[in-house]
Amino acid sequence: MTTQTASATSFLQTAQGGHLQPTERVLVGVLGLGLALLGLGGGRARGLILGGAGLGLAAVALRGSNPLATALKIQQNEAGETLVSDAVTIGKAPDELYALWRPLERLPQIMSHLKDVQVLSETRSHWTVKGPLGNVSWDAEITADEPGRRLAWASLPGAGIENSGEVIFREAPGGRGTELVVRLKYKNPAGTAGAVIARIAGQEPSQQLRDDLMRFKREQELGFNPTTEGQTSGRNKSQTINEKIRNVS
Amino acid sequence: MKAVIWQGTNKVGVETVPDPTILQATDMIVKVTATAICGSDLHLLDGYIPSMEKGDILGHEFMGEVVEIGPAVNNLKVGDRVVVPFNIACGVCDYCQRGFFSACDNTNPNHRMAEALYGAVSGGGLFGYSHLYGGYAGGQAQYVRVPFADMGGFKIESGLRDEQVLFLTDIFPTGYQAAENCNIIPGRDVVAVFGAGPVGQFAARSAQMLGAARVIVIDRVPERLALAEKAGTETVNYEQVDVQVALREMTGGRGPDHVIDAVGLEAHGHGPGALLDTAQQKLRLTFDRITALRWAIMSCAKGGTVSMPGVYGGLVNEMPMGAAFAKGLIFRMGQTHTHRYIRPLLERIEKGEIDPSFVISHRASLHDAPELYETFRDKKNGCIKVVLDPWGPPSAAD
Repeated sequence: MTTQTASATSFLQTAQGGHLQPTERVLVGVLGLGLALLGLGGGRARGLILGGAGLGLAAVALRGSNPLATALKIQQNEAGETLVSDAVTIGKAPDELYALWRPLERLPQIMSHLKDVQVLSETRSHWTVKGPLGNVSWDAEITADEPGRRLAWASLPGAGIENSGEVIFREAPGGRGTELVVRLKYKNPAGTAGAVIARIAGQEPSQQLRDDLMRFKREQELGFNPTTEGQTSGRNKSQTINEKIRNVS
Repeated sequence: MKAVIWQGTNKVGVETVPDPTILQATDMIVKVTATAICGSDLHLLDGYIPSMEKGDILGHEFMGEVVEIGPAVNNLKVGDRVVVPFNIACGVCDYCQRGFFSACDNTNPNHRMAEALYGAVSGGGLFGYSHLYGGYAGGQAQYVRVPFADMGGFKIESGLRDEQVLFLTDIFPTGYQAAENCNIIPGRDVVAVFGAGPVGQFAARSAQMLGAARVIVIDRVPERLALAEKAGTETVNYEQVDVQVALREMTGGRGPDHVIDAVGLEAHGHGPGALLDTAQQKLRLTFDRITALRWAIMSCAKGGTVSMPGVYGGLVNEMPMGAAFAKGLIFRMGQTHTHRYIRPLLERIEKGEIDPSFVISHRASLHDAPELYETFRDKKNGCIKVVLDPWGPPSAAD
């Protein structure tokens, strides 16, 4: 599961937009056929509308792809795992950055969705994330550790959310520091629909990852993150849209 | 303090708001002694730059006196007189290190928004220029918070008046960069400048400084053309003659070697393209009206440069890409790397090569800003450039 190579295409090539899970396909298909049958019994206008909607849903079920998820650019593979990846270039050497990621107990300072990581042994650790319905925990193990180059982990069997991830530290050309690539793979417990709802609610991991990587870059390059929070305006105390976005994620 | 506030599309007001405070160790607070309204502020007034929010403090051309510094500010002290570039640069990232200050990686807290609209990684933040560009409070106010003070405060130690150095914050470097981007061959190249507003005026004079054989300025407002002529440029009034025909004749059929679009996304002009743009912009089918850019591309000589200091915000329709391809044109555009130009251009001012205050038509109190935004937008009363005194009494307008 975590044997991907450093090539970006091999990770993303497995993604094909939003993939409906088998149960989701059955549900959508039954709903679609039901609507189509109702359409057959009705008048002309009602028949056209219900029949059309029904056949549309049936086609979605047959194709097995969730058009909503695809439109929202949620990447999933055949197995229904959601793929999230992003990258940032940071003006520091790969070794220096690797050294900040390797002590897993410090990861929650970098990745905002993590609440806590406890190191159990050289390779084993216990992870906790904040979920919409409370905390979720699992045990994970390090599956690859190449100092200064790559770090990978995967959840152990029995995890509530099956997931894995890797971080690649690649020297940027022209002395520009490090290209830091993060790839995460997880099975959303609520299927494709869950991924869509999470995206609309603004809790989607790819947005979180983007913010996390930029925050990490700025901390490394500047030692702090520039902000406008608390500045004066003609708004009294109401927040701007961007402040709201930041405070949600 | 008093500040100019964006209250919604076509609504600007002066309000009393809390004084700015130091938020981060690298910040400083500047007491503003002079501030100007920029042509690009009019795009905000008209609502064509997305992501403005009611209550935003406007203004990105300002200068003043340092009154407070954060503990990590090293190059400035309280009492220093400074001009502040309109863009905010960290000075540390790869772009700043190479002098591409407006492309700074690190100063836009709202990078996610800019990335969604413009792709790749967001450029740096700007003062008072929408949340897409960072949402930083602007300097049409009595005080302003300046982040990255060591990068953003350029000391003025000579006895020059505010009016002579204020435009180093934006329009002089912007016009200069536009001319520099043309790679003018001295004594040979002909440069046409579309738009005789403040940036066009500085672009034309900068093209002369860089050795252009001839500079031709195109506009429709007589007093603006007259101001350009004072500097020894030739002019074309596009309401009186066909621009393309006139430029062809003036350049022996070749077209200008380089063209500068100092107009941007709210071009006037006429013809079917202009009518279609206006209709589409009103219906929000296109963001940007590009008559000036179309004329620039169509008139430009083969192998020439289309330099674009004018601001664009979104998508354009009916862009003559075939003409640009057929003639092998080079496009140069983007926000100005202001920090690069302040010292060399200050030197030119100190040597007396140019007095940037030539462009000022209106001086007034900050209290009169709402009225002057309209005067400037409608080009009434010969308005070319407005400078505001944040401490002046109400109704001191000329």
